[in-house]
Amino acid sequence: MNTPFVVAGVIAIAATLMVIMQRNAVHALLYLIVSLFALAVTMLFLGAAFVAALEIIVYAGAIMVLFIFVVMMIGADSPALKPRSWILPSLLGAVLLGEVVYVLLQRPGGLSFSKIIAIQPKEVGMALLGPYVLGTEIAAFLLLAGLVGAYHLARRRADDNTNVIEEGRR
Amino acid sequence: MSLIWLVPAFPFAGFLFLVFSRGLSGRRAGVVGSVAVGLSFAAAVAVFAAFSSAPPAGGSYTLVLWRWFSSGALAPNVALSVDALSLVMILVVTGVGFLIHLFSIEHMVGEEGYARFFAYMNLFVGSMLILVLADNLVLLYLGWEGVGLCSYLLIGFWYRESANGRAARKAFIVTRVGDVSLLVGIFLIALSLGSVDIQEVARRAAVSWPAGSTTAILAAALILGGAVGKSAQLPLQTWLPDAMAGPSPVSALIHAATMVTAGVYLVARSHVIFSLAPPVLLAVAVIGAATLFVAGASAVAQTDIKRVLAYSTMSQIGYMFLALGVGAWTGAIFHLVTHAFFKSLLFLAAGVIINALSDEHDIRAMGGLAKKMPFIFWVFLIGAFGLTALPPVTSGFASKDAIVARVWESGDPGHILWLVAMAGVFLTSLYTFRLLFLVFAERKGTATQAATTKQPAPHASEHEAHVERSGRHGDPSAPVGGIMGAPLAILATLCVVGGFLDFPRMLGGAPVITRFLGTVLPPSMDSGGSTDTVLALLSLAVSLAGIPFGWLLARWAARRAARRGEVVAGAGPAAASPSAGADGAAHRAEPRFASFFKRGWLFDSAYEYLFQRPFEWLCRINKRDIVNRASEALGSLNLFASLVLRRSQTGKIRHYVAGLALGAAIILAVAVIL
Amino acid sequence: MTPVSFEYGLALAAILFVLGLVGILVRRNLVFMLLCTEIMLNAAGFAFIVAGARWAQSDGQVMFIFLLAMAGAEVAVGLALILLLFSRGRPLDVDSLSSGEDR
Repeated sequence: MNTPFVVAGVIAIAATLMVIMQRNAVHALLYLIVSLFALAVTMLFLGAAFVAALEIIVYAGAIMVLFIFVVMMIGADSPALKPRSWILPSLLGAVLLGEVVYVLLQRPGGLSFSKIIAIQPKEVGMALLGPYVLGTEIAAFLLLAGLVGAYHLARRRADDNTNVIEEGRR
Repeated sequence: MSLIWLVPAFPFAGFLFLVFSRGLSGRRAGVVGSVAVGLSFAAAVAVFAAFSSAPPAGGSYTLVLWRWFSSGALAPNVALSVDALSLVMILVVTGVGFLIHLFSIEHMVGEEGYARFFAYMNLFVGSMLILVLADNLVLLYLGWEGVGLCSYLLIGFWYRESANGRAARKAFIVTRVGDVSLLVGIFLIALSLGSVDIQEVARRAAVSWPAGSTTAILAAALILGGAVGKSAQLPLQTWLPDAMAGPSPVSALIHAATMVTAGVYLVARSHVIFSLAPPVLLAVAVIGAATLFVAGASAVAQTDIKRVLAYSTMSQIGYMFLALGVGAWTGAIFHLVTHAFFKSLLFLAAGVIINALSDEHDIRAMGGLAKKMPFIFWVFLIGAFGLTALPPVTSGFASKDAIVARVWESGDPGHILWLVAMAGVFLTSLYTFRLLFLVFAERKGTATQAATTKQPAPHASEHEAHVERSGRHGDPSAPVGGIMGAPLAILATLCVVGGFLDFPRMLGGAPVITRFLGTVLPPSMDSGGSTDTVLALLSLAVSLAGIPFGWLLARWAARRAARRGEVVAGAGPAAASPSAGADGAAHRAEPRFASFFKRGWLFDSAYEYLFQRPFEWLCRINKRDIVNRASEALGSLNLFASLVLRRSQTGKIRHYVAGLALGAAIILAVAVIL
Repeated sequence: MTPVSFEYGLALAAILFVLGLVGILVRRNLVFMLLCTEIMLNAAGFAFIVAGARWAQSDGQVMFIFLLAMAGAEVAVGLALILLLFSRGRPLDVDSLSSGEDR
């Protein structure tokens, strides 16, 4: 039983729980960043140091920051949710979770413990540009498309004099 | 005798001609119709002459026209069989029919549907002839249905009045019950004996059915059911009074002389089967006696002239059934013949009266017509005497006495039946003379007054459907024209002398008809002698005793009518409504006792509660039609399911996500469990 | 390193995924929904990592990298859309948006 692994896992779960229960968007985002950090730690323990770093840099560092920018621009706050509206989703979630856990525990021979071998970034890079080069190229396309799309959508028109933030606040 | 096929052919030809020719002007349609029946009569006479001069072997002659169908053991032909019984019947049907057609030429002038009337009448005569001449039961049933159809068409002749349509439907439906019974009887006979040919059936039945066996009883009972329906006997008698909604010639021909006697003919024709089932024969007699009494009692309380005659017909046919039941086969047929004479005469005369008084049917509104319409009065009187079996008019007298004598002699039940028959004689006399006095005796009848002073009739002319009539309409003093008067005179003459066809031997007469029919029907014991004389005198006395009481009843009814003033306003033909009498104001003030008899012993109400109401209740609760729902079930289920599933299309994204999650959960669950 | 039970790892991924799912179902604000989508994506990716570690191959990490790319593109476009909605003055509430109310 790898204690730090479990601890990190618990932190991740707790932080995610806080994310979905928050009223304030910024708080939620920050909680999510904490969760991501915890997850990165668990990845380390699984021997995936490279993606742990990537997770922090890209996910927590770029994507979440993007979120924070936008949230601060538009100041999202949601009204408090009625406790009543949590019941059904929780039930659904519990059922789903129960099933998955059940399946996991069904593995013959009980839980498996194996040695963890740390995988080198070089190996990942070789895989990326080796067998998975096609996927890499497509991912590049995807990013390009996202870039162009985001630009186009957020572009101010030449004749459009509206101030985004003020318009939204009105 | 091979020309027998002409007898039914002429009326059918007449029917077809009238159906396919349009716009026959004036009285041409009437002439065509009458000529058709007249030719048929001539043919019948010719066949009769040939038959009596050279009687065929075995007493019957069959002309096979063609094979109808052949299925398994059954192969009925369209074949006409001539024997004494059928000859008597066709002579009556065509003879009286011809006279009635002549009468109708003038009587129905101005009616919308004049040609239609004669077409239907011809079709009826043709069907009746087929019925009587059929040599097998299936062909007989064809004629049976044909007359039922024509009865329906002719009762509802003035179809624009919905009440007439109801009466026609009632007649059809009630007789239908009898028809089904007859049909099942035919099936039983075909199944059990393997043939439907009437003579063949008689032969085989005598051989294979032991007397009193269940099959014989069942077959006889089913045939009796059919006869009871067509002849308006208990319990299927409720349609006849309402059938008076049709024109008077229709009542005369169909509901007095011919169709209602078809039941009697049927029983006589199947006498072999009935002889093999003594309990059923007893039932025939009992039904006859019961109807005789019930109808007679009802007739005494009627206020519509045609309804009196209708109940009277019912009662007289009860006599015929009674005669059949005690074994007086020839007596029954003889009474059928004489009844045809005087009853059709009475109906035709009633038609003239109604017409003359501007469609007034209520006898309480009539009166004093003896002076105003002398010819009709005498004719009516003759008919009445025939009905009550009083001597100067021989026909009724001879036939009724034959029956009464036979009833008395038929053992122990015979005595009780004789008592009932005597009561019937009294009642007959009662209602007949009540009718006579009310209609003809001098008094102040509102309709007569109005008619003679040419005022508008007291009642509203709702029945303007038959608009402009012959000039006689509303004018009692108009003379009865030749073409109308001649048939009446001929019928009256037949009434007077018809009795000589079978005059009681003790009075020096010769049993012509009995001997003639003896070739077909089993002989009824003719004991003759003193018992007969005593019985005859007794029934005569009873009949005569009815006269003063009839006069009393008439006076009482007239007094009540006069006291209540315009009770007859708006009455019109009281036969129009299928259940209780339609005279509104009068009905409320009528004593319940009289009302019971007037409404035919409340059979209509009983049937309404026994059959109509439950059926209507069933229809009501099945308004949504359970059976239909069962077959629509798949469609409805589909619709319902789609309605339910439609709710899932909320348009809300979160719901769709929930759906996704739910789906995943379910699939996992399935994978886990299986 | 000390052995780690892979079942725990997968269970962790499952729990996080379910939490993200519940979040989407419950919250109505568009931004929060997008956030919860990210949680789910992340959890899925983590599952890949666990699987890759099980077989000691790099495939899991490769998958995760692709997933990262996809998440980035998606977030960019999604947030741009949210900004667009916001500038039009529409409420950022998914229920009222999907019921098609007029502005």
